[in-house]
Amino acid sequence: MQMQAKWMLLLLLCFTMLVGCGQSGSSNAGQAADKAAGQGISGAEPSGDKKPNGGEENIELTFYYPIAVGGPLTSVVENMTKKFTEKHPNITVKPVYTGSYADTTTKIQAGIQAQQPPDVAVMLSTELFSMLDTNAILPLDDFIAKESGDVLQDFYPAFLANSQVEGKTYSIPFQRSTIVLYYNKDVFKEADLDPEQPPKTWADLVEVAAKVKKAGRHGIEVPGSGFAYWMFQQFALQNMSDPKQNLMTQDGKKVFFDTPENIEALQFWHDLSLKHKVMPDGVIEWATVPTDFLEQRTAMMIHTTGNLTNIKNNAKFDFGVAFLPMSKQYGSPTGGGNLYIFKDIDPKKQVAAWEFIKFMTEPEQAAQWSIDTGYVAVRKSAYETDVMKTYAADFPQSVVARDQLEHAYAELSTHNNGKVSKALTDQVQAVLTGTTDAATALKKAQEEAERALKPFNK
Amino acid sequence: MRMSVTWKERLARNGLAWALLLPSLLFLILFTYYPMLKTAWLSLFQADLAVPEPVFNGADNYAFLFSDPVFQKVFSNNLWFAVGTVPTSMILAFLMALFADKAMAGKTFSRVAFFYPNMVPMIAVANIWLFIYTPQYGLLAQLAQWVGRADMNLLGHPDTVMGAMIVMMIWKEAGYFMIFYLAGLQNIPKDLYESASMDGVGAWKVTTRITIPLTMPTTLFVGVVALTNAFKLVDHLWIMTKGGPDNASNLLLYHIYDTAFSFYDQGMAAAMTVVMIAVLLILSSLQFFGWDRKIHYQ
Repeated sequence: MQMQAKWMLLLLLCFTMLVGCGQSGSSNAGQAADKAAGQGISGAEPSGDKKPNGGEENIELTFYYPIAVGGPLTSVVENMTKKFTEKHPNITVKPVYTGSYADTTTKIQAGIQAQQPPDVAVMLSTELFSMLDTNAILPLDDFIAKESGDVLQDFYPAFLANSQVEGKTYSIPFQRSTIVLYYNKDVFKEADLDPEQPPKTWADLVEVAAKVKKAGRHGIEVPGSGFAYWMFQQFALQNMSDPKQNLMTQDGKKVFFDTPENIEALQFWHDLSLKHKVMPDGVIEWATVPTDFLEQRTAMMIHTTGNLTNIKNNAKFDFGVAFLPMSKQYGSPTGGGNLYIFKDIDPKKQVAAWEFIKFMTEPEQAAQWSIDTGYVAVRKSAYETDVMKTYAADFPQSVVARDQLEHAYAELSTHNNGKVSKALTDQVQAVLTGTTDAATALKKAQEEAERALKPFNK
Repeated sequence: MRMSVTWKERLARNGLAWALLLPSLLFLILFTYYPMLKTAWLSLFQADLAVPEPVFNGADNYAFLFSDPVFQKVFSNNLWFAVGTVPTSMILAFLMALFADKAMAGKTFSRVAFFYPNMVPMIAVANIWLFIYTPQYGLLAQLAQWVGRADMNLLGHPDTVMGAMIVMMIWKEAGYFMIFYLAGLQNIPKDLYESASMDGVGAWKVTTRITIPLTMPTTLFVGVVALTNAFKLVDHLWIMTKGGPDNASNLLLYHIYDTAFSFYDQGMAAAMTVVMIAVLLILSSLQFFGWDRKIHYQ
């Protein structure tokens, strides 16, 4: 009954242990010894002792990945891994679809506790500190240093921001998103507005929203359920006078929730519904916002780029995608998942996993993955490939998110990230429902976050 | 000498019973009692992201829990959820059973119709009701349009979200409990009703003096099931609200899941699990030991 979650964990443990036994039994005998050695050194300088991947020894990698957007993506992933094996015949990759992001992380955590983690996996970029605190992931700097040229150069800095802490890089961007403004061009025409002129500033946004609003149709919708902290972050970033600022420090030990600028930002979100009356009041559910937009119940929406393909396929009207309106600057947090390599595995596998990561983020793969999913391609050269050029010419909306990356910043990511982001989400919701005022709410969120961060600030 | 004889006697008498119980007992120990004890032990440790290995901290987790406003809110939410769902769904189940038992035409139809919501999985129920509650074009919103209030966002407001959940849960649960009452009604000897009608006793008196007392064992059973369900059924929260807005619809089990798997706080999650087990134990033992004597078993 209430032990269900625990049971699941226990079963998972049993299962992973069984799988583990099977593996070490069937593969070559040297592996167990190698693994023990790998564990021994993993605390100090794990990748320093790595032997080069010489010879033709067969290596099998387990790759966990979640799916968070629509479409037949398991077959896409399987094709990618097959292509990889064609290039590297001695490495086989076993892709394992592991459900949502949350499910994937849970399975990986159980694996870590049983000392049987996957070799490589896609997890939220914001899992960085939790993974570091459980001592689960490998810094990738030694691999990067061995490559010719600067591999990271080509990746968008906004995406890398969530991978790096204290000068080390722990993950490589894979499926990433940002937040954009979607607007209904037909409605703009109907309201005598130029459909090529989406609102640029907060003041524009309020004005335009008031004009396109009518009975049965709202001006704008911003979801406030599950990811309220993320949606709040975009308003906050737009209202920051210093572009170097964010809601937290890069080392994930401090947060700045209750600054006057952030209070203003939250007040603005609140005012959209309760003062300007251009947005429905209360907390709007994440999943109903795109549906409302498609049903033309709202003329504009602020949502993830992950919805681009969905809107493209289902909109019965002409729609535009635009930068998020600015207050003092343009701004959006990034979101989505990165590729991680785990510490507690055979060093040979770690080398193979790095090869796999390199392959998965090659420009052609990044371009194709972006087209298939709607995620933003993670590196600049992906947009120079022929497939991407053809796609972008046909569907210019897809490039807006990329252009906005210049104004994108790291997503809220700290130690004890679950508690910290929940503290913010709860208080944002309290303001949106009119229970608390912005200043009190953010002060409370700040206090709660500080309590969660206290052990990491010793 | 004497001891061993009694042992032998006992074994001879109860050996078969033990042999029959052993397999299920083994599974219970492995998958219920052992994890329970393990959880109770873990609840005495700080086991979160701040410490690499669990650190024994005695009753600290419990002390923190009872001063934690979120836990207090979630706990009282769960009590209100129980108060809201249990009596209403039981009364409804009883009335539905009376109706389905008496109905001449369409007996099977009415039973199936009442029971149907229970056959739908909780996740599907949550999706159906998410549509019903959706502002603007949801079923309820369309009905409300006639009265001119289309814009109610029931799930998005802290005052209404709990009520909305309770109504959904009653809809789902009542049919299930009706089945037990139907079975209970079959067990009441028909001659009691016959003699009552010979004596010219009214329908109200028949119900209050015969039907209700004689279905008390069912009521007890259903009551226990309903109460535990109020703490167990939380699947809908994943679909509908994620516990929001601002924890207004959050329930204990969902909060435990969040604490264990989003916050990685195993120690605190274990402490809350222990509290939950304790509450359920107290509730069910109160019912079993308290009410037991007042019930007419046949």
